[in-house]
Amino acid sequence: MEVETTTPEHTREFADVDINNGSPSGASDEEEEVPAPGSVTLDQDNDLFVSAMTPSEVHPRSPPAPTHNLSDLLNDDGDYFIQIVVSDPQKVGDGMSSYLAYKVTTKTNIPSFKRSEFSTLRRFSDFLGIHDLLVNKYMRIGRIIPPAPSKNIIGSTKVKMSPQQNEPGTPINQEWIEIRRAALERFVHRTAQHPVLRVDMDFKNFLESDQELPRAVNTSALSGAGVIRLFNKVGETVNKITYKMDENDPWFDEKITEVENLDTNLQKLSSALKALVTSRKELSSLTGLVAKSAAMLSTCEEHTGLSRALSNLADVEEKIELLRSEQANSDFFILAEFIKDYLGLFGAVKCIFHERVKSFQNWQYAQMQLSKRRENRGRFELANRADKLDQAQQEVEEWQVKVQRCQQHFDEISAEIKREMTRFELSRVKDFKANIIKYIEVQMAHQQQIISYWEAFAPFAREIV
Amino acid sequence: MQDGVDESNILNSPVKNNGGTMEISSPNPLEAAALPTTTTTTNGSGSATSPESSSSAPVTPAPLGENALHVEISDALSEKEKVKFTVHTRTTLPGFSKKDNNVVRQHEEFVWLHDRIEENEDYAGYIIPPCPPRPDFDASREKLQRLGEGEGNMTKEEFKKMKSELESEYLATFKKTVAMHEVFLRRLASHPVFRIDQHLKVFLEYDQDLCAKPRKKMAIFGGFVKSLGKTTDEILLSATVRDVNDFFENELQFLTEYHGHLREAATRTEKMTQRHKDVGDSHQKISNALTQLSTTEQGHMETFVAKAAEVFERIKSLETRVASDQDLKLGDTLRYYQRDSDAAKALLIRRLRCLAAYETANRNLEKARSKNKDVHAVMICRLAETAQAEACEKFESMSACGKEELIGFRNRRVAAFKKSLIELSELEIKHAKNQYDYLRQSLLALKEIA
Repeated sequence: MEVETTTPEHTREFADVDINNGSPSGASDEEEEVPAPGSVTLDQDNDLFVSAMTPSEVHPRSPPAPTHNLSDLLNDDGDYFIQIVVSDPQKVGDGMSSYLAYKVTTKTNIPSFKRSEFSTLRRFSDFLGIHDLLVNKYMRIGRIIPPAPSKNIIGSTKVKMSPQQNEPGTPINQEWIEIRRAALERFVHRTAQHPVLRVDMDFKNFLESDQELPRAVNTSALSGAGVIRLFNKVGETVNKITYKMDENDPWFDEKITEVENLDTNLQKLSSALKALVTSRKELSSLTGLVAKSAAMLSTCEEHTGLSRALSNLADVEEKIELLRSEQANSDFFILAEFIKDYLGLFGAVKCIFHERVKSFQNWQYAQMQLSKRRENRGRFELANRADKLDQAQQEVEEWQVKVQRCQQHFDEISAEIKREMTRFELSRVKDFKANIIKYIEVQMAHQQQIISYWEAFAPFAREIV
Repeated sequence: MQDGVDESNILNSPVKNNGGTMEISSPNPLEAAALPTTTTTTNGSGSATSPESSSSAPVTPAPLGENALHVEISDALSEKEKVKFTVHTRTTLPGFSKKDNNVVRQHEEFVWLHDRIEENEDYAGYIIPPCPPRPDFDASREKLQRLGEGEGNMTKEEFKKMKSELESEYLATFKKTVAMHEVFLRRLASHPVFRIDQHLKVFLEYDQDLCAKPRKKMAIFGGFVKSLGKTTDEILLSATVRDVNDFFENELQFLTEYHGHLREAATRTEKMTQRHKDVGDSHQKISNALTQLSTTEQGHMETFVAKAAEVFERIKSLETRVASDQDLKLGDTLRYYQRDSDAAKALLIRRLRCLAAYETANRNLEKARSKNKDVHAVMICRLAETAQAEACEKFESMSACGKEELIGFRNRRVAAFKKSLIELSELEIKHAKNQYDYLRQSLLALKEIA
């Protein structure tokens, strides 16, 4: 486990196996990746903090064992709770440089937090920033990082351009802000459910600190970093498609197929839900038009009783218009957005599967290099060139260490993914059930409202004489 | 006026024995409706029994009072391009050769009857019952055809489900068409004047085709020109002729405005119910997606998701029923009174035209009197006098009759709206309660699984 003994050039050579090669950032990431398995020493928050700040100086020798103990402990959710509310979106500044800030309020009994209730102000890019930090730290060791909501330039520009910062703005803007607020809340909530992520130093800092966070430079969708990221993503996708590893663990084969199937089916469900939201919204506005027509008929109608009934019909239809839009909201927030989140989470799941493939590739590469060095050594031995033999022997040893390390990483990431998937499956099933049940409860309330509206109307129809 | 009591309810009566829902519970009509379904080449014929005949026509018909005329459509047969209605008449009216008679009539013959009555000068003072709308199965047919084409792309169950859905949709449209035609005949049969009309008698008795050909394109175009002419005529008349009677002037104004609002309300309601059906369809799609999802799940999650799929499917049928009942109660009432108010307006226009003729006769008479030095003056004067007296009489009788008809229209309208609105609210409450109960039960079931 003598990581730091490798010479820089070898590291570079080694790193070149990575699919992200070419970009120097990929190479330096790789450096971070190699010692990463050992770095998740959650029993020592300070270590983690260091690892975030200066990735290259991570202490790689600490054994991974405590991690498991701690995560097992935290998996047992019973005693700990953390509740995060994102509220009060407010516009800060003016014009294109303005942004929306949200109040992030946390209630928790997890002892590593300084207080049990606190709040802070965070802007959208802070959420993206914390997401990126978590991804950089944990994805390579096989943790599922909940995806952050995506940037929407058109929507945010509209909000930025809306004239008054204190005014609520147009209904469309308000709706857009609410959708984003809810998405952010779900994102932090989900992150906070993870026993390891929620006690991560950066995440805690994100929740607790009163200070403004350092601007995350590369979250901006149009920045150069964003473009580079996009290219990397494309490269990875191509690689995902082309590279097939020889799977020796049937569990992974099964899981990957399962995840793919679930993903496909959820996508269908998601589009069906979107269609429902659209038609229900349209139904709402058409009901509103019927209400208007009923009101017009009522003013025109000569017969007093009928006129009164029609005007009450207009009232009922107006209430139902509101109700339909509430229904559309529950369709949207309880089901559609929920399923969309899970599509994102499945994306994160696929990412860690991909990380494992990458780790396997590295391992294979290291093995190949090792046998090459051994060949070299053999050749020198045969040629009796003692001068070169020493170096060759050294190289063989180096690569032996690397192979060992790679294998260890591969084993660790495989084990971690299994643990993560168990956790993910559990929470997915729980979430799904909870949301369906909540949806049905909301629908029941809506039906009760419909009953009360029409029951109030019925006497007016009967009173027509 | 044996049927007079029924008059306000006639719009809804043919369908009311279903409890107002679109549910087709008895298996008979479904089997009978051998729809042009899977194959796209044959548009085979199908028939459906009007609900009236299947359920309420008694084996031993109730004895008829004196001078009774009872008309119903006992059967209807849908063929490729046309619908054949069997019109069943029971009567004790003198002049009818048979007390119990069946004839087969097509939609065009109904139109023929309507046109004969409308063009009869003697009926100028009456509201002519509006002509039933043309049977329109194009939408259903088109969907069926598309279903036939897409048969390969879906599973057997999906196909079966879609097919039975379309069949019931087709059947519902069919029933409604039958009901509309029956309403037209019933209104004629219950009217004191129209019931003894000769054309109606021919329509009910003559066992051959009436010379009613399907309207050709030219005829439709002609009708369009005619209606255009009518509209300009109306504008001209209402601009030039000053009404002497406030009642009629107000009525015309009211009816014009009312008709416009009704038309708007009817189209908006139709759009609303249509979109409501789309909401139902989305539930079906969600249910399908959930069913598929359940196949990739395991253990009780599979059961849970499958149950959720079931819930969405049920909500689909409940929502669709809400939509059809809204269409049936609110939409149809609005549409019918849109046509009826148009007919009432036509009466007022005819009266205005009559008033214009009366005023012309007056002017002619004055002219004739002023020229009474002429030899023929006495003759002309006498002629003008009789013409004026005739016009006056006609106008007076028309006014009296029209007033009664308009009051009748108003009573009919109020009663029909009352009935529809009561039924609408009852059905809305019933459906919402059903859905609530169903959701409550499903919630318990789902919680048990979870």
